[in-house]
Amino acid sequence: MELLLALLVGGLYAGAIYLLLQPSPVKLIIGLGMLANAVNLLIFVAGGLTRGQPPLIAEGALQPPVPFADPLPQALILTAIVIAFGVLAFTLVLFRQAAETVGIDNLDEMRTIDQ
Amino acid sequence: MSQLPVLPILIPLIMAAVSLLLWRQRRLQQLLGVLGTAAHLGVALTLLQAVRREGFVVLQLGNWPAPFGISLVADLFSAMMVVMVGIMGLAVAVYSIAGVDPEREFFGYYAFLQLLLAGVSGCFLTGDLFNLYVWFEVMLMASFVLMALGGERRQLEGAVKYVTINLVASAFFLSALGILYGLAGTLNMADLSVQLGRLNRPGLTSTLAMLFLAAFGIKAALFPFFFWLPASYHTPPPAVSALFAGLLTKVGVYSLIRVFTLLFVHDLGYTHGLILVISGLTMVTGVLGAVAQGEMRRLLSFHIVSQVGYMTMGLALFTPLALAGSIVHLIHNILAKSGLFLVSGVVLRLRGTTDLARLGGLYRGAPGLAILFLLCALALAGLPPLSGFWSKLLLVRAGLEAESYLIVAVALSVSLLTLFSMTKIWLKAFWGEPPAAAGAGEISIPGAARLSLFLPTAALALLTVAGGLLAGPLVELALAAAAQLLEPAGYVRAVLGGRT
Repeated sequence: MELLLALLVGGLYAGAIYLLLQPSPVKLIIGLGMLANAVNLLIFVAGGLTRGQPPLIAEGALQPPVPFADPLPQALILTAIVIAFGVLAFTLVLFRQAAETVGIDNLDEMRTIDQ
Repeated sequence: MSQLPVLPILIPLIMAAVSLLLWRQRRLQQLLGVLGTAAHLGVALTLLQAVRREGFVVLQLGNWPAPFGISLVADLFSAMMVVMVGIMGLAVAVYSIAGVDPEREFFGYYAFLQLLLAGVSGCFLTGDLFNLYVWFEVMLMASFVLMALGGERRQLEGAVKYVTINLVASAFFLSALGILYGLAGTLNMADLSVQLGRLNRPGLTSTLAMLFLAAFGIKAALFPFFFWLPASYHTPPPAVSALFAGLLTKVGVYSLIRVFTLLFVHDLGYTHGLILVISGLTMVTGVLGAVAQGEMRRLLSFHIVSQVGYMTMGLALFTPLALAGSIVHLIHNILAKSGLFLVSGVVLRLRGTTDLARLGGLYRGAPGLAILFLLCALALAGLPPLSGFWSKLLLVRAGLEAESYLIVAVALSVSLLTLFSMTKIWLKAFWGEPPAAAGAGEISIPGAARLSLFLPTAALALLTVAGGLLAGPLVELALAAAAQLLEPAGYVRAVLGGRT
């Protein structure tokens, strides 16, 4: 399972970077979304996969029975998902506004302020 | 337990919320902006005093003991940086009263200004790496809005580049965090320092160090990650440019210094050696880019890059003297560089352009402005007795002591080129005759606006002078901060309390 997920994460990173390098703003945004998902899955896998062992402490015990699934990576991912969603929404609006105002939808040609 | 460390974050957050409630009340928001940032500065100074007295001020949020909860940690370095946030916030809030147009003020400018300050203060005070990521995002989100607010064509174009590269950097940072958690099982920085020391997995730790270097390097605009900065920083209103120039890249530098003194100190030859090479290249490419520019604000943007090289040079040399040099340089640079951006804003206001080819004769029209520019510019170039001289002296001496003669030579020649490009602005914009095509010349600024524009600019310029004349206490403080940074055990003890 870990190998499979590792391959998936690698594939997502590769796809995201490929899309980021495209001149189309739409592809760039899809790339950013994919990158965020790749990172979230990476945290999930790197945090360790444990099946069917919830981190619940039985009454009277001081710690859950080992091995148990670590809840922290999931909390981290949840935070990261929320942030990524908000930022992506902003980016989408920004790019749309920029494409309309600047009148260019090819990122390679967006260099009028560099001179 | 003192609640002090949370205040520099809480005050701007509350001010931001209140500013949002006062939507459309422009004057009230201006007042809140000034009062809020003044309160922030006051709290920051109190915090610095407390840290000087006690060494560390630690707050465990919600009383969850470290490493389980989130700790806020103020050591000397972070307390000093929070004071700088306060100074910059106040200066920019006053400057914005006349420096930012009502259009932008009506669309929440002050709220996002406060949010940015909260984010930056959070970055400086947190003791938890994931929390650092969250504060980074708070800061970035506010900076995205400030960059794009107003919706001018050039602004949006700059914002597209700025937003994209920063999101990629955040993804790097988050990836590194995920792997680090998998490796060490904690994200509390003090606990990480202990765990990484025990771990003995040099290969993986070095890989992580490089990921962090890339993530923070992009934010700090280090070579080869700096291209986004000169492509975007000259587009927003000058008040925003000054704030970004003063604070945002410095957060990247702060994070680098924090991570590479506390966490990744297992293989100094490799990691810090690489940082040294990068520092040299950053200085050189930044200044060469600046020399080639003909627009004042773009020129200054390239100088931000080149100056960041000095700050990481101190980190790379990794001696108490060098780190103290880095810290003094950080403080000096925040003041001088923001001062220069504020001056460029007044120039823009006076002449309607910052293109050097179309400027001239400002010395005759606005001698006060010319003197303020000269003070900041000479401080940036490192002329005695201004603040930049002392930081460079510390760095050069540390370099000589470490026998890194090449980096010393680079640092000195980059200083010379800095002086050269500052002279270029001086000659073309202030001293020389205005070109015939320039037309009517000065646009006059009304008295009240003049006060709001000149007061903060003069304050920053005078602080650079003060930083130079009173270098003794400043250097002493920086040396104490550097000693704390080089002794992670003290930090660990303060945060974890006896538990390891």
